[in-house]
Amino acid sequence: MHTPEDELAAVWRAIGGVVDPEIPVVSVVELGIVRGVERVADAWEVTVTPTYSGCPATRVIEDDIRMAIAAVAGERARVVTALAPAWTTDWIAPEGLAKLRAAGIAPPGAAASHDLPVTARAVTFGRPRPAVACPNCGSLRTAELARFGSTVCKAQYRCADCLEPFDYFKPH
Amino acid sequence: MPGHGQLFDYLLRLGDNGLVLAQRLGEWVGKGPVLEEDIASTNVGLDLLGQARLWLAYAGEVEARDGKPGRSEDQLAYLRDSAGYRNLLLVEQPNGNYADTIARQFLFDQWHVLLLGQLTLSRDERIAGIAAKAVKEARYHVERSTDWVVRLGDGTELSHGRMQAAIDALWMYTGEMFAVDATERALVDTGIAADAAALEPHWRSAVQAAFDEATLAVPTDSWMQGTRERGGKQGAHTEHLSHMLAVMQSLPRAHPNAQW
Repeated sequence: MHTPEDELAAVWRAIGGVVDPEIPVVSVVELGIVRGVERVADAWEVTVTPTYSGCPATRVIEDDIRMAIAAVAGERARVVTALAPAWTTDWIAPEGLAKLRAAGIAPPGAAASHDLPVTARAVTFGRPRPAVACPNCGSLRTAELARFGSTVCKAQYRCADCLEPFDYFKPH
Repeated sequence: MPGHGQLFDYLLRLGDNGLVLAQRLGEWVGKGPVLEEDIASTNVGLDLLGQARLWLAYAGEVEARDGKPGRSEDQLAYLRDSAGYRNLLLVEQPNGNYADTIARQFLFDQWHVLLLGQLTLSRDERIAGIAAKAVKEARYHVERSTDWVVRLGDGTELSHGRMQAAIDALWMYTGEMFAVDATERALVDTGIAADAAALEPHWRSAVQAAFDEATLAVPTDSWMQGTRERGGKQGAHTEHLSHMLAVMQSLPRAHPNAQW
């Protein structure tokens, strides 16, 4: 007999197999965008928060989650979007950070240090940016090439030691 | 209490700024000055488009509160003429050369990040939620555009001249960002909208700091467009917007309800 707890665990496992289509080395659970799974009447309701407002992967992720649940539970699944609290890279699980690094993407540092108070404060030039370690050789002698990389969540960097260009997942 | 119509109008202002600027940035796709910038401006546009969708979807829901058929985000984007748009005059200005594009972005970003910061404190939870999401994105935008203002301003004689000319040309559209009309006033008084007028000193000090670094001169204030309750926020636009919309809306207008 399956207990409700078993079913819930199976649904979580199924969602854990859904990867971010733009960074297919990490699952949506490791990315920290799955905020909750609940049984609501005859359907599983999964609450997802988007990484960035304009992330084009959002729709694909919703479809993939629905299909993954249907495969194990054979039931209806709904994906609801929650904007608040806003997603932060601090929610990426430790194993997710390790997988990013292994895939050649420098994982984000703590986002809290990047945050400004919400009161009116303007951003001025020359705010110091923390050093980013090269995911290839570990060197801290790296430089930013562009604020935006292959996706909106990443910046482009280059290592001065091993000369590899790489993506940096920005603290957000 | 302000009516639903005022809230609807305010949400259009927020959404249309993002939508129109995103479309402008999209015009650079495939012809950015360098590959990294092509990608960066597109990514900024993508963020702004995502934010616009959130604002416009909410606007459509608010519109339905009065028993009207609330429009979807697509209907709002594709089926309004320029007079129905509520964006700032600044964001609809043409791309020009890259200094023009950067100047427009910088003047807007410095304002946008302040506005969104204030909107995170809105008593309307939906507005506060969208703003909390968007402000994190806007911080990256303003870092990038500020970097470019400094790089071009404190660059070669040619880049400096173009950057200064771009700032001088766009300056008359900046006053509108801080002009509070009756619609906004009613929403500010009830804690829903941000008081744009209060942002101006902060914006000016940030702009001044960047221009000092960039060896650029802050233009002398003269006539400001759209500040007398007759500007982009009230639907009175420069001629550039209707040309832009003609391109942006051509497919859904020619093929209503097309799916892709």
